[in-house]
Amino acid sequence: MLSSQIKSNEIVFGSCNKDLLEDIIFYGIGLGADFVEIFIENTDNSSVLAEEDFITSVSPSFGRGAGIRIFKGKKDGFVSTNDLTKRGLMRSVSQAIEMLDITDNKRELFNGLNKYRDYSLSKKKWINEVPSIHEISEKLLVSTKSLKKNNKIITRKGSYSRNLQEVIIASSDGTYVSDIRLHQTVGLNVIASDAQYRSSGSRRFGSSGMPNEFRLWDHEKAANDVFESSMNMLYADYVDAGQMPVVLANKFGGVIFHEACGHLLETTQIERGTTPFENKLNEKIAHDSVTAIDEGISEGSFGSLSVDDEGMEPEKSVLIKDGILKKFISDRAGELRTGHKRTGSGRRQNYSFAAASRMRNTYIAKGEHSKEDLINSISEGLYCKSMGGGSVGATGQFNFAVEEGYLIKNGKLTSPVKGATLIGEAKEVMPKISMCGNDLELAPGFCGSISGSVNVTVGQPHIKVDSITVGGR
Amino acid sequence: MNSKEITTQISKAADFLNLKKWDYGASFSNDYSVQVDKGEAKQLKASQKQILTIRVWNQSNLVGITTTSDISESGIKKALKQANIASDFGNKNESTEFSPLAKDPIKVKEVKKRNPVGIKKLLTVLREAEVKLLESHESIKSVPYNGLSESFFERVYANSEGAFRSYSKSQAALYLYARAEEKNKKPRSSGSVKLGYGADDIDIESCVKEASSKTISHLNYSSIKTDKYLICFSPESFLTIINAFSSMFNARSIIDGVSLSNKNSIGEKLSTEALNIYDDGLHEKNISSTPFDGEGTPTKRLCLINRGRIENFIHSESTARIFKTTPTGHAGLGSKVSVSPDWIVVEKSDENFDLKTSLDHSTYEGEFVYIEELNAIHAGVRASQGSFSLPFDGWLYKNGKKISIESATVAGDFKYLLKNIVNIESSQEVTTSGISPHIWVDELSITGDA
Repeated sequence: MLSSQIKSNEIVFGSCNKDLLEDIIFYGIGLGADFVEIFIENTDNSSVLAEEDFITSVSPSFGRGAGIRIFKGKKDGFVSTNDLTKRGLMRSVSQAIEMLDITDNKRELFNGLNKYRDYSLSKKKWINEVPSIHEISEKLLVSTKSLKKNNKIITRKGSYSRNLQEVIIASSDGTYVSDIRLHQTVGLNVIASDAQYRSSGSRRFGSSGMPNEFRLWDHEKAANDVFESSMNMLYADYVDAGQMPVVLANKFGGVIFHEACGHLLETTQIERGTTPFENKLNEKIAHDSVTAIDEGISEGSFGSLSVDDEGMEPEKSVLIKDGILKKFISDRAGELRTGHKRTGSGRRQNYSFAAASRMRNTYIAKGEHSKEDLINSISEGLYCKSMGGGSVGATGQFNFAVEEGYLIKNGKLTSPVKGATLIGEAKEVMPKISMCGNDLELAPGFCGSISGSVNVTVGQPHIKVDSITVGGR
Repeated sequence: MNSKEITTQISKAADFLNLKKWDYGASFSNDYSVQVDKGEAKQLKASQKQILTIRVWNQSNLVGITTTSDISESGIKKALKQANIASDFGNKNESTEFSPLAKDPIKVKEVKKRNPVGIKKLLTVLREAEVKLLESHESIKSVPYNGLSESFFERVYANSEGAFRSYSKSQAALYLYARAEEKNKKPRSSGSVKLGYGADDIDIESCVKEASSKTISHLNYSSIKTDKYLICFSPESFLTIINAFSSMFNARSIIDGVSLSNKNSIGEKLSTEALNIYDDGLHEKNISSTPFDGEGTPTKRLCLINRGRIENFIHSESTARIFKTTPTGHAGLGSKVSVSPDWIVVEKSDENFDLKTSLDHSTYEGEFVYIEELNAIHAGVRASQGSFSLPFDGWLYKNGKKISIESATVAGDFKYLLKNIVNIESSQEVTTSGISPHIWVDELSITGDA
């Protein structure tokens, strides 16, 4: 059906909305906007929670909405609405124009939308291929049952969530694309207890664009991993605070690079003047052994995407090469305000957020050492096998909890320790990453920032930091 | 569609699907916000949002739920159908019912509803505030995090037994976080947040003054030696830690096995007899108060700790039934109903004879660490284990002088902290998350760089 020939007064998903979108953009340009962008989404989500041996929560949700962004010079006005009628969208454009106080008569050219790029063609069947609630429930219950390995495990949880997001993006530079994104994530958590001792263990797994992935998930391996982690930490002593060398494990260990350095390489930080790396392009900011990458193209990775939320295909960005800063992560506003070219990194949680420069799959590249090389090189230090969450302050100081840690003595792992936090600043720690392992692995996560919570991947091989402040008791 | 029409629409669609029992919660909001960058408008934002959450009970009395932003006739029908399908997977182990208090009278605070001042006025006010803050001290070079917003929203709860509650209000917020830089020193940052019922009610001057004085006060800093210290928590930081460990008073968390308390903990002594803690969502100073919770239960003042002992837990309908008590107005509507506190009020009780009253943050001359603000709560708190390790902004008071502490964390156990409270100052301060006096705690571990 040539849907473009149909004049619709409302956005219809699965159809061509070219005429309607062009009318809206013409309207904004006609009122004096330099640039008009329309982001429309339709979501179909569900989540399931299993606790002990029962399904305790099944939560479907669906919704639709639009985010309209108008630029005038370097200023932008953003309006979001649930009203997807032509009238509603035009009202949002008017509101944005009014907010920006646009009164001049200068008119930008708008030559209509370019050829439609439909990234969703092969993805329309996904909704029928993802596991049913019944199938999810059965597997979650088997998973929580697998966690019941002894009577010290007092709490067992398994959770699954699936987000299916259909998007249409159109803007006055001619961009006109649509896509379907599928993200699935599953997590296991336990709490172990024995007399006054308590510990917890958790792991999360996730994928994008792979409807069958949950069926392939090795729940038994995951349950063993979570159980072992909680048992190892149950009787652990608190770590002594101090400065010491640490080895950070691969996979989720990469969260420190993501939080402490990655965010400082987003153009939003340059706009705010809050990154110490603003004027360091092509200068050394890290140890020679560090090469860091941000990309959105690894198949199935949680932070991958066919097209970003501004209609640009994601690129592979080498941020740091052999310790030298090579690139910033940029979106449309970032390019406009800082001059750094867009990298296909304009991302947002949903239609109610304006896109911003955000990380996708971000990791430190593998080196040449084995994990044992790194540990053997330390006489007294800490091995951080599993990291918890963390945060970075307004002046770049970071703080990360170590979920599962072990003391290193004379090149060997010894007793487990709890209560450790890693404290530092990216510009001081990056030059101290002296060894990178050869075992790069990625882990999924959620990153919260200016444009909401987005799916990302963090990662690294095992790395050694020569000295860092470890908080403890 | 307004809230009455939505109720009618749901009722009709439920009849059509032969669903006899249902309830819903809805919220509708219009939000406006501005950000500036050195006098220029940066991002101006407006949003219109609507969210509807519908629960249905099937013939086996199992509950299903769906949430949607599509509040059209077709959206409501689809939501009811999805909720009905989800009810096949309803929790057989723990039933959910309507709150027995969903039709009780509610107390609505007498607050004049404000009208929107509009984006242009918000922008003008924020620009002026930014200029004042930049001019307040030569070291303040930027205000990287700033925003002024106003919101107008309505919340609704209704059920198939005729309960109907609706509440609308306005709220505005201003935040200013300044960044100060001096040669050969690390940049320092601090800020202030102020709330009001409308943009015109916000005390702009005091927000600027507070952001400026806090930022400047951290310009001269020093590392601190790792050790155990006498600590004075600011009202804000003490409320942060109480909220972080509120699972201790949360019946849902107790049932789920993630609380430090258990069903028999009522009466357990946690702290000095001088300590009283209440949850008081309707407190006159609580700008964010709402008169009913997600299940329609009226909000009320509840004593959590009385003279150092646990007095009450906070409940939803189902947890209250399990504990053989009544709901307390702390439920959040969901497939699994959540429970959370509203607004914490910390007070000194009459039984305060064991306190070391010489410990006063404005006069005490001995050595202590003053914790102004705790950071990274989501990362550094293990609520189910009772431990915390948190970075903070604060000062070391020593030999009659105070110096800002560079990059340090405070660590300990929550129960240990409560047991080691040695003074509760008399004067309370209002913050955005509650009310508390300064609280002194003996012997907590600080990790520093010195």
